Amino acid sequence: MIRIPLRPLARVLDARARGRDPAPIERENLRLRHEQMRDRTRRQAEWRLLFLAALFFMGFALIGARMGLLAASPPLEARPWQGENIAADRAEIHDRAGRILATNLVTNSLYAEMRHMVDGARAARELAHIFPEIDGESLARRLTDPERSFVWIRAHLSPEQVQAVHDIGEPGLLFGPREMRLYPNGRLAAHVLGGAGFGTQGVTAAEIIGTAGIEHRLDERLRDPARADEPLALSLDLPVQAATEEVLAGGMAMLSARAAAAVVMDAQTGEIVAMASLPDFDPNRRPPPPTEGSPTDSPLFNHAVQGVYELGSVMKAFPVAQALEMGLVNPETMLDTRGPLRVGRFSITDFRPRGASQSVRDVFIYSSNIGTARLAQMIGAEAQREFLERFGLLEPSPVELAEAARARPLFPSRWRELETMTISYGHGLSTSPVTLAAAYAALVNGGTRVEPSLLRRPQAAPGERLISEETSAVMRSLMRAVVASGTASMAEVAGIGPGGKTGTADKPNPQGGYYSGRVIATFAGAFPMNDPRYVVVVMLDEPVDTTGTEPRRTAGWTAVPVAGEIIRRIAPLLGVRPQDTAEIEAALGLR
Amino acid sequence: MRSFLYILTALGVMALAVWAYHENHRTQQAQAELHAIEREIRALREALSVQRAEWAYLNRPERLRQLAEMNFDVLGLVPLSSGQFGRIEEIAYPLPGHDDAPDPGLGHELGRVIETLGRIEHTAASPETTTMPQEP
Repeated sequence: MIRIPLRPLARVLDARARGRDPAPIERENLRLRHEQMRDRTRRQAEWRLLFLAALFFMGFALIGARMGLLAASPPLEARPWQGENIAADRAEIHDRAGRILATNLVTNSLYAEMRHMVDGARAARELAHIFPEIDGESLARRLTDPERSFVWIRAHLSPEQVQAVHDIGEPGLLFGPREMRLYPNGRLAAHVLGGAGFGTQGVTAAEIIGTAGIEHRLDERLRDPARADEPLALSLDLPVQAATEEVLAGGMAMLSARAAAAVVMDAQTGEIVAMASLPDFDPNRRPPPPTEGSPTDSPLFNHAVQGVYELGSVMKAFPVAQALEMGLVNPETMLDTRGPLRVGRFSITDFRPRGASQSVRDVFIYSSNIGTARLAQMIGAEAQREFLERFGLLEPSPVELAEAARARPLFPSRWRELETMTISYGHGLSTSPVTLAAAYAALVNGGTRVEPSLLRRPQAAPGERLISEETSAVMRSLMRAVVASGTASMAEVAGIGPGGKTGTADKPNPQGGYYSGRVIATFAGAFPMNDPRYVVVVMLDEPVDTTGTEPRRTAGWTAVPVAGEIIRRIAPLLGVRPQDTAEIEAALGLR
Repeated sequence: MRSFLYILTALGVMALAVWAYHENHRTQQAQAELHAIEREIRALREALSVQRAEWAYLNRPERLRQLAEMNFDVLGLVPLSSGQFGRIEEIAYPLPGHDDAPDPGLGHELGRVIETLGRIEHTAASPETTTMPQEP
């Protein structure tokens, strides 16, 4: 800005020279300058006003927007207060119909704070009176120890016990809220659920962590705070599970077996509807793991998933299916079954020889070891191994239990002709009942692979094709014949039309060789056989039937009647409509 | 005039202060009420979970089985079996023109069907119930 002087010398001198007064020039310039100053201050004032107005507008807009947001936000529901940053929420576990298998219960824990304690010795005495498992003397030592300021006494108390502790009247004994994992059905499905314990503990909350079974395997999902309200739906069906366990326990007691396992599986989706292993335990009071003896004798051991067994003749279904699938034989092809069959220094015999030659059908129905070994010879080691691998029999089961991944099937590293032959009738390859159930499901469901699962899976796409529809149909018909006229006749249930295969395998002796008179008896089958919906596997460890004149150990007298009773009980619960047995057999081409 | 305006403004400010105080108080009251309700919801939720657990505990299959066995002479409950399934053809349906023919009225007709079903059930005299737990 060019500042014009108030008395420009040139103009003043010029005015003087002309004899005029130079004062008006100065006045005029002064006026112009004042106008300029006035304009400037007005502009400044206008800017300030605008700025202030904008500031106020923004302030009000902010408040208005916040109020609007508050008014529009959905009301939040109160969550139980959780102190000390411990997430105590754990999702419930339900069965397939929404019945509770595991839930949480708020109880009280008991602790002592020394600064409030009046008479520690007396408190310890009284507590030992209320809780028999508390050692009064050691507790008294801890409660009177001047070094301590805080002592945990018990993880949870019942309301009656809380009242009894209140009645002691000791101000140093305090209660903290505690979520507790509760399995209202007690022993039911104990091995599936596993159990839970406390992780990090604080005064007002404690973290619940799964210690075994599905609680351990899906621990992260169950503890996820975002999904705590969403129960975990298992594929188990509570009534079916209860009936299976009841029948299995009865059978195990009657046949004085050491252990027993049963698996009921949906043949199409691989959902496990019931899984039982005996002896069992109460997951509410999970026993400590055994420190001596064989872990397989512990009630914690899940025989259906953790146990791998040489399952015997039930495995014959696989070489028969494979030989049919490869087109090597048809059910009427005659096989040489003269015994004993010598391979190297090993000889294979039949339990009940039935002549010099038998058809493939009879080899399966009457369970000929020699005939199956002949089939295995035709198939060859490499093809057999590949076939069993595709059925999932050579890898740990993918079922959602912490124990499953550690249960590796046992099979020989060198798979030669002799191994091929023994594996064909179920010796030399150890696998778990749940894996066998999944493999049988694939055999009978039309030939597609199923993945065993404990989670509710209403829609599962059919898996990879393992055998053709036709082979599967022949296998269904053969399995039905085993029940209708073969070794598993005691599994017959009128109107349900079950089918399957029995297996009696001598137990391997840890010192080498096999025990005589100690067997694993197995039944693997499905029902109704014209359109299999469920697969059942029942396994008994060292059963013996003593109702006859001599002890009988074969599966036909032990595992089969138990399986038959299980099928009879669960079929109506699963909504399997009874049909005419003649119609079922006609559909399978047996009549 | 000017002093009147001042007094008016002062009164306005005082009135606003009273209103603001009142609102503040009401907010605090509402919050206290909210906390009380939240506490109640929490307590009710806990009670609900306890009762759900108790329901599941009382309906556990083992207990129902024992109860069914203890009260067998009164209830006569046996495990569900395939023999208890029926076919729709097995239901005797009265022929039209017969004495038992249903009246044209729909309500009557339904009543008849139910009656017929009831009669069949009595004659069959088979236990229709299961020992399994029923969900609420």
